[in-house]
Amino acid sequence: QQPAQFTNPETPGYVGFANLPNQVHRKSVKKGFEFTLMVVGESGLGKSTLINSLFLTDLYPERIIPGAAEKIERTVQIEASTVEIEERGVKLRLTVVDTPGYGDAINCRDCFKTIISYIDEQFERYLHDESGLNRRHIIDNRVHCCFYFISPFGHGLKPLDVEFMKAIHNKVNIVPVIAKADTLSLKERERLKKRILDEIEEHGIKIYHLPDAESDEDEDFKEQTRLLKASIPFCVVGSNQLIEAKGKKVRGRLYPWGVVEVENPEHNDFLKLRTMLITHMQDLQEVTQDLHYENFRSERLKRGSRKIEDEEVNKDQILLEKEAEVR
Amino acid sequence: PHAGPVESKNEAAMSELVPEPRQKPVVPMKPMGINANLLGYIGIDTIIEQMRKKTMKTGFDFNIMVVGQSGLGKSTLVNTLFKSQVSRKSSGWNREEKIPKTVEIKAIGHVIEEGGVKMKLTVIDTPGFGDQINNENCWEPIEKYINEQYEKFLKEEVNIARKKRIPDTRVHCCLYFISPTGHSLRPLDLEFMKHLSKVVNIIPVIAKADTMTLEEKIEFKQRVRKELEVNGIEFYPQKEFDEDLEDKTENDKIRQESMPFAVVGSDKEYQVNGKRVLGRKTPWGIIEVENLTHCEFALLRDFVIRTHLQDLKEVTHNIHYETYRAKRLNDNGGLPPMTAETEENHESNL
Repeated sequence: QQPAQFTNPETPGYVGFANLPNQVHRKSVKKGFEFTLMVVGESGLGKSTLINSLFLTDLYPERIIPGAAEKIERTVQIEASTVEIEERGVKLRLTVVDTPGYGDAINCRDCFKTIISYIDEQFERYLHDESGLNRRHIIDNRVHCCFYFISPFGHGLKPLDVEFMKAIHNKVNIVPVIAKADTLSLKERERLKKRILDEIEEHGIKIYHLPDAESDEDEDFKEQTRLLKASIPFCVVGSNQLIEAKGKKVRGRLYPWGVVEVENPEHNDFLKLRTMLITHMQDLQEVTQDLHYENFRSERLKRGSRKIEDEEVNKDQILLEKEAEVR
Repeated sequence: PHAGPVESKNEAAMSELVPEPRQKPVVPMKPMGINANLLGYIGIDTIIEQMRKKTMKTGFDFNIMVVGQSGLGKSTLVNTLFKSQVSRKSSGWNREEKIPKTVEIKAIGHVIEEGGVKMKLTVIDTPGFGDQINNENCWEPIEKYINEQYEKFLKEEVNIARKKRIPDTRVHCCLYFISPTGHSLRPLDLEFMKHLSKVVNIIPVIAKADTMTLEEKIEFKQRVRKELEVNGIEFYPQKEFDEDLEDKTENDKIRQESMPFAVVGSDKEYQVNGKRVLGRKTPWGIIEVENLTHCEFALLRDFVIRTHLQDLKEVTHNIHYETYRAKRLNDNGGLPPMTAETEENHESNL
């Protein structure tokens, strides 16, 4: 973004606060951004590959994929990895929260408890820090966005997808994603997207809505926002392998029948997903703060006051009992 | 049937056993070697032709079951296998249908004909399998169905007045669809195959294989084969039923290299290099279903239909059904299970 041109400070009547955006910008650049992205979906839907492709990194260098027999015993785990990405002087401290084990068990009844607890814990911690004495260095580990991976092999949402999204849509911004999109023809993709959107509406699931472009934005940006909104859920293909195609090296997947290019908008929505995430990182954080966190906070404080009373009653009770014992 | 050497003194006895009278050869019988036609010809080899003609006239039953999560392409694959609209997809099934809350068993029968041979094909679909949040024991309705067909056959077999041809509704082959995650089998896959490989011929297939590159496919197949082996799952063709060395060599190759078949199904045709082929059209190319460099559909088809169809039926009848029958008889104290007829007679005998 170009720094705003401000008028000559010598002009009479000029105050100078038009420079504020530049100051904020400079401070942000110095401070860097923090962003926590949670990734949820069954094994094998292409989550790790997509995350690595989005951020051009290898977040899982020593990964061991367990076999089916081991998965039978496993419960859902929460694994957070943090990576610092810098681009043109701007630092991003990205935390990716992975949820291995989700959707793998034969009985997935308890699948989401661990995940919901994690999200609530981060809110709890932030609430605690916010109410504390030293508020200078509050670390924001709240989950700003959750990529929920829907299988490209099905005919739409599965019962587990519906139940999970309903359980977290009031706690986190949900962005539904369909990875391994190269398994679908263009027609199949359109059909699947429409089916999923219909089912989301039918079940009253609240997914993250991109804000409409402001009226003062330029036409290109407005058009881009329109296109992004129309493409949800995004059908993406991830890869960090370089393939030779049409004389140049592209990131893609090589099949006997052709090459799927990750960054080709005619092949999949990868660029759209990346654009959406980057241009709306700020908004995702705001909605988390203003909506989800505030919801949690007001619920918590309402409950909290009742809870503290109960605790005090119990203390008195215990004292009485102890006295009786001593007597 | 091989024509072995015939002793002249046995010739008269043999002609008594032969059910259909045949003209005796003019030249008296002499001990024969392999080149029977040089010295005289019995005609035993015409039995093959007789069997073939009979099969053509009566036709045969083949019952194939498909199991796997919704959306793995089961119905499309079955249609592709038999080049006809024989699956659930064709008979009033709507893609927009909701996932059923429990596993349903839907059997659809069709008669298809090729080269004068009639096949009564029944495709048994299992919608709802593996789609719930809690999939515990979701294989039970399937196991129950399979055993019910054995029971039906058994009851017919023990009848006093038996039908000439007992209708065979037993499941000859169960295609189990593995999701192409590229990682490993899912816990549900293991549990299903562990339970059902003991009652039916299971052929695991990797569905929607156009989602994997060549390397990913090879790695995934190796991993799946290893997992199946480690967990003691015997899929068809089972090692213990290889009849001779020839079978064993052929089946070893299939078991250790080709299976599980990574397949792609399609009932749409496209023009490729001047030919019409079954395939899937994508912005980056056309996937040809019957092209072996693209996927292994042709291997699966040849395996199930062109080479092992009869064997699938035989193993079902001689092994799985017999196992069921033995267990039933044992449970019943060595007696066959009662049918309405036998019950009446039993009482009158008492």
